[in-house]
Amino acid sequence: MKGGWFKVYAIGYLVFLYAPIILLPMFAFNDATIIAFPLTGFSTRWFEEMLDKPALTIAVKNSLFIAVTASILSTTLGIFAARASTRYQFPMKAGLMGLIMLPLVLPEIIVAVSLLVVLLGLGVSLSLWTVILGHVLICTPFCIAILSSAFQSLDQSLEEAAYDLGETAASTFRLIILPLVMPGIISSLLISFTISLDEFIIAFFLAGTEPTLPVYIFSQFRFPQAVPVIMALGTVLVVLSIVLLTIAEYFRRRGIAKSGGKDTGGFL
Amino acid sequence: MGQSRWAKLRQTEGANGLLMISPPAVYAILLLAAPLGTIILYSFLTDGYLEIIRTFTFANYIEAWTNDLYRSVMVRSLGVAMTVTAVTVFLAFPIAYFVSFHVAPSKKSLWLFLITIPFWTSYLIRVFLWKVILGYNGVVNSGLIGIGVIDQPLDFILYNVNSVVITLAHAYAPFAILPIFVALEKIDRSLLEAGQDLGESKFMTFLRVTLPLAMPGVIASVLIVFIPTIGDYVTPQLVGGPEGRMVANLIQLQYLKLDNYPMGSAIAVSAMVIVTIVSLIFVGLNRRYLRGGKR
Repeated sequence: MKGGWFKVYAIGYLVFLYAPIILLPMFAFNDATIIAFPLTGFSTRWFEEMLDKPALTIAVKNSLFIAVTASILSTTLGIFAARASTRYQFPMKAGLMGLIMLPLVLPEIIVAVSLLVVLLGLGVSLSLWTVILGHVLICTPFCIAILSSAFQSLDQSLEEAAYDLGETAASTFRLIILPLVMPGIISSLLISFTISLDEFIIAFFLAGTEPTLPVYIFSQFRFPQAVPVIMALGTVLVVLSIVLLTIAEYFRRRGIAKSGGKDTGGFL
Repeated sequence: MGQSRWAKLRQTEGANGLLMISPPAVYAILLLAAPLGTIILYSFLTDGYLEIIRTFTFANYIEAWTNDLYRSVMVRSLGVAMTVTAVTVFLAFPIAYFVSFHVAPSKKSLWLFLITIPFWTSYLIRVFLWKVILGYNGVVNSGLIGIGVIDQPLDFILYNVNSVVITLAHAYAPFAILPIFVALEKIDRSLLEAGQDLGESKFMTFLRVTLPLAMPGVIASVLIVFIPTIGDYVTPQLVGGPEGRMVANLIQLQYLKLDNYPMGSAIAVSAMVIVTIVSLIFVGLNRRYLRGGKR
């Protein structure tokens, strides 16, 4: 068979990629406090215990607030940047786009400490909003990557036609462009929501006294007896993010198909 | 008449573009460029007892580069990042090649989706699970003992540099695959046929046609793995043990524990400068592949 060895390798590689995720539900449903093999028996008690932790509930609420706000703000900024970079030529384009995309490769700890120094220097007290500021910064490049492919495949003649028929720039955007890129926008919202919900370092530095979900999880790793509940929580989070990502992928593909583009695959 | 409206809008394209880019650009200038500038500034100041002393000094840099502890952490971070990059890109290439050349076009998106999913699921918990996999009573050890390969648990696979490399190689795998895949997808398949028609073997065609054309993707994935891994905090913290601490742990220590912002800034800036120099050298060595076919 053509590519037979490649296929064997690829499947082995997928096993490596999925190894931790496959282990997660095993320990979440295992009836033992110690996270090790052999498994001792089936139990849902860690899930029940999970629902019964006030600190966890607060952390979830904080994280949801941050993730919803950050995804809306970063998608909004992403729309401007994607539209500008795919439709216009302007001075300093490469430099400005490079700066906006920089957090994609910049280590997160650098973003975190530099924001921390500036915010404390300005006398801003740390809160959920300071985390949002940081998350918008790191989510926007991903939004731009998704939205650019949606804007890229727009047929400019549709826009010209709208102008010729007397529409203004604003109404053209609302009536023609926005509906065509809407699937990209939904995909961008979901991806940035997922990134923000999972982000640890920036929240660790900038959250002050209000923990987010990853900050809470990190603090629990110090207590061995708390770990099984974290496994249960992780299982819920994995299922949730797979659902969100599947929806995001569906909209991303639909968006590309809708505006007549060719799928080059992947989120990046 | 419609034509003239269109023409008028086109005339000011540069202005329109700048206006359009201004919200994200202003945001990035205020909350990214300015803060980065500030930590560069801080790195030249001194930490007083209660406040920062505002006199210009190189003392932090001299300390960061001559102190044995700081220097060994920096060297280790660089070594770990280079190893992780080499391992990740080397293992990723065949996957990207497989998906691009051997997977039916209709199934390519599915494969890419499968590859990217683990990347988006709780990073902290994934890292923690590597501790479970590599630990003394972990999956690897109990498995190997179970099938009789070893009779004592291996202790060199957790709480040291090896475990950091394995965990990071896992975390950054999708980052390495996607740029190589994109580069391979762009290769004109008729070039490969031409190579073989002219009498080259399959392997020689790969070496002389496919690989050079895929190099821009390989270079991109090297950079996209190397730059963030050097600053990773969670993995060395959770699976590194005292032997495996990296520069991000040192930065966190300076900022949050010792409250020495100037020293922390000097270490952070030094790390960024080293990363930038290594990356530029790497790109420089490979620049012949990046000329894009116009010679």
